[in-house]
Amino acid sequence: MTAFIQYTLQGLALGGFYALAALGLAVIFGVLGVVNFSHGACYMLGAVGAAVLLDATGLGFWAALPIVTVAMFVFGVLMERLLVRWLLRLDPLYNFLLTFGITLFLVDLVKRRYGVSSLAYELPAGLKGRVDIGSVSLSSYQIFVAAFSVVLCLAVWVLLTRTRIGMIVRAATEDAERSRALGINVGRWVTPVFGFGIALAGLAGVLRAPTGSVNADMGSFFIIILFAVVVIGGLGSILGAVVAGFLVGLVEAYGQGYAGSFSQVLIFVLMAVVILVRPSGLFGREEAAS
Amino acid sequence: MQRKKTLALMATAVSGSLVLAACGGGGGPASSGGKISDGKVVLGLLNDQSGVYKDLSGPNSKVAIEMAVADYKAKYGDKAVAKDIEVVQADHQNKPDIANTKAQEMYDRDKADIILDVPTSSAALAVATQAKAKKKLFIDIGAGTTALTGAQCNKYTFHWAYDTYMLASGNGAATVESGGKNWSIVYPDYAFGQDMTKSYSAAVERAGGKVQQKIATPFPNDNYATFITKAAASKPDVIGIMAAGGDLVNFIKQFNQSGVASTTKLAVGLMFITDVHSLGVDQFKGTTFTDAWYWNFDAQNRAWADKFMAKTKVRPSFAHAGNYSAAMNYLEAVQAAGTDKSDDVVKQLEGKKINDMFLRNGEVRAADHNVVHDVYQVKVKSKDQVKEEWDLEQVVKTIPANEAYAPASPDCKM
Repeated sequence: MTAFIQYTLQGLALGGFYALAALGLAVIFGVLGVVNFSHGACYMLGAVGAAVLLDATGLGFWAALPIVTVAMFVFGVLMERLLVRWLLRLDPLYNFLLTFGITLFLVDLVKRRYGVSSLAYELPAGLKGRVDIGSVSLSSYQIFVAAFSVVLCLAVWVLLTRTRIGMIVRAATEDAERSRALGINVGRWVTPVFGFGIALAGLAGVLRAPTGSVNADMGSFFIIILFAVVVIGGLGSILGAVVAGFLVGLVEAYGQGYAGSFSQVLIFVLMAVVILVRPSGLFGREEAAS
Repeated sequence: MQRKKTLALMATAVSGSLVLAACGGGGGPASSGGKISDGKVVLGLLNDQSGVYKDLSGPNSKVAIEMAVADYKAKYGDKAVAKDIEVVQADHQNKPDIANTKAQEMYDRDKADIILDVPTSSAALAVATQAKAKKKLFIDIGAGTTALTGAQCNKYTFHWAYDTYMLASGNGAATVESGGKNWSIVYPDYAFGQDMTKSYSAAVERAGGKVQQKIATPFPNDNYATFITKAAASKPDVIGIMAAGGDLVNFIKQFNQSGVASTTKLAVGLMFITDVHSLGVDQFKGTTFTDAWYWNFDAQNRAWADKFMAKTKVRPSFAHAGNYSAAMNYLEAVQAAGTDKSDDVVKQLEGKKINDMFLRNGEVRAADHNVVHDVYQVKVKSKDQVKEEWDLEQVVKTIPANEAYAPASPDCKM
């Protein structure tokens, strides 16, 4: 039983991280209708950016959180302005291919500059300890990441559904023509939303750096799990991404506890079952699935 | 009569060399042109030039091989049998199908007389098959599988630096002897991980230890938290991790953060100095593993490492040193045979006892072509022990060649 509780806690901690990492993907799809395949590469850039910042200037984790996130926002804005927007009116497949190309480009660029070995990055001071309750235990850093993620996800959800800005953004993307007719500058909102989604990917990368390998390929596999998360949650649904993030985290932890090397397969079994029962995902709208 | 014969022979020799000189454009190599196929010796380096194994071998192994070529030329000068030596390289991306095609290209189009390195076991086995079919040499340095000198051995394939048996018998046995009796092993569920787990379990049990848990994980895998909890559940003295590259880094970071690290030792199946360097010694506090060679072990190693660093700006891994040693000994064998004909070179290498910069008490075993030599159990230094940038390992124990390697496998039939 203790083991089960321990696995559950680890699953929830992991789930919080998955939710945050998938959130940007969901926001970009929900608002722009772009399947951003470069999300994994941007996540990688965030982690590599944090490591490079540490190496070049000595600025550690707490400084990297805002600096890298803002830098990734700017990167996202440039990406949207220079590349993505030209394909927005075409079949979504074009932007899927474009972002896939951007991924290959970014990964090879980082490999060329920083090699393939993992870059050094350590736990931030203050989060090196552990929290033990009875016989179960989690590292302070795991708890921090999970709590941080949940707060951020809630904030984004409130921002998009409960505020005026959120309403404008949703209106602008739901029906661009009519919004324009009502005097909303649609173009003005699309760019920052894309930048925001990319910034979230970079932020997830910074959060990952202390607990995992920081290298050019770190996003290539991660993006597949993120796609599973957003598909389970319903493409474009923010609440869905969060719920599915936790679900996938739990499935992975139980899988590791009870099913060994099948732990990842279980994620995709879950995805298959969800698609069979609800083709548009747990919280997806019907039109989002088409 | 006798004189006539001698005269005739001389005439033939003179005219022969004239013809050869004409063909060779009057250059030096012409005199040995008949013995060396295509007039030159071509060394082919086939390895990972862009992926996870790039840093531990990759393009810098070409530098190592070129150092061997330079040393060979310096040693023999005008007497060198191989006067014209070329080094070519290709990227196999760790994929067996690409390795297979590239090996064919190297042997046929580039006229390679030998292929070197080839990390990734499945890729190495593909190249061994090509070597056998083309009757050209292949010396593997980067791959670990014992199948190269076991069921899939052949006359033209040699295994130079390490194998999974040796990795396990070195660190596995030594750790048990120093008190680490009970083990949990965590391994990625693919050929290398399974092979390593089998070798490690056998080595631990031979030494009187016990493997309580063998935990299979997906490959690749980012998150190990629950696997670590599970591995620690049986209260082992040692947790052995058989992952490599990025997965190994993921595991080690999460192991250090799990709280298990304070009560349990960590043994790593396969690790290169480049892994320790990139992560920093702090992450590895006291971790032990088997190393085939360490650059700062003695003055001889260090002298070579200095030359290597002057060209590459990094210290060599054992794979770099192994590539040098394999290339050098191949050229020596060509020298001794007086030709680069594969069968003659193989004859020179078989049974050869070698003591060089890389191999100590080395022997090219004739029975299975496994190149056995002394290996080392090493421990990662703590931060205050590190005196210079790459000085990261401390040799705990030298394991003699006959203990480190398995006896020749009965499965190997040349």
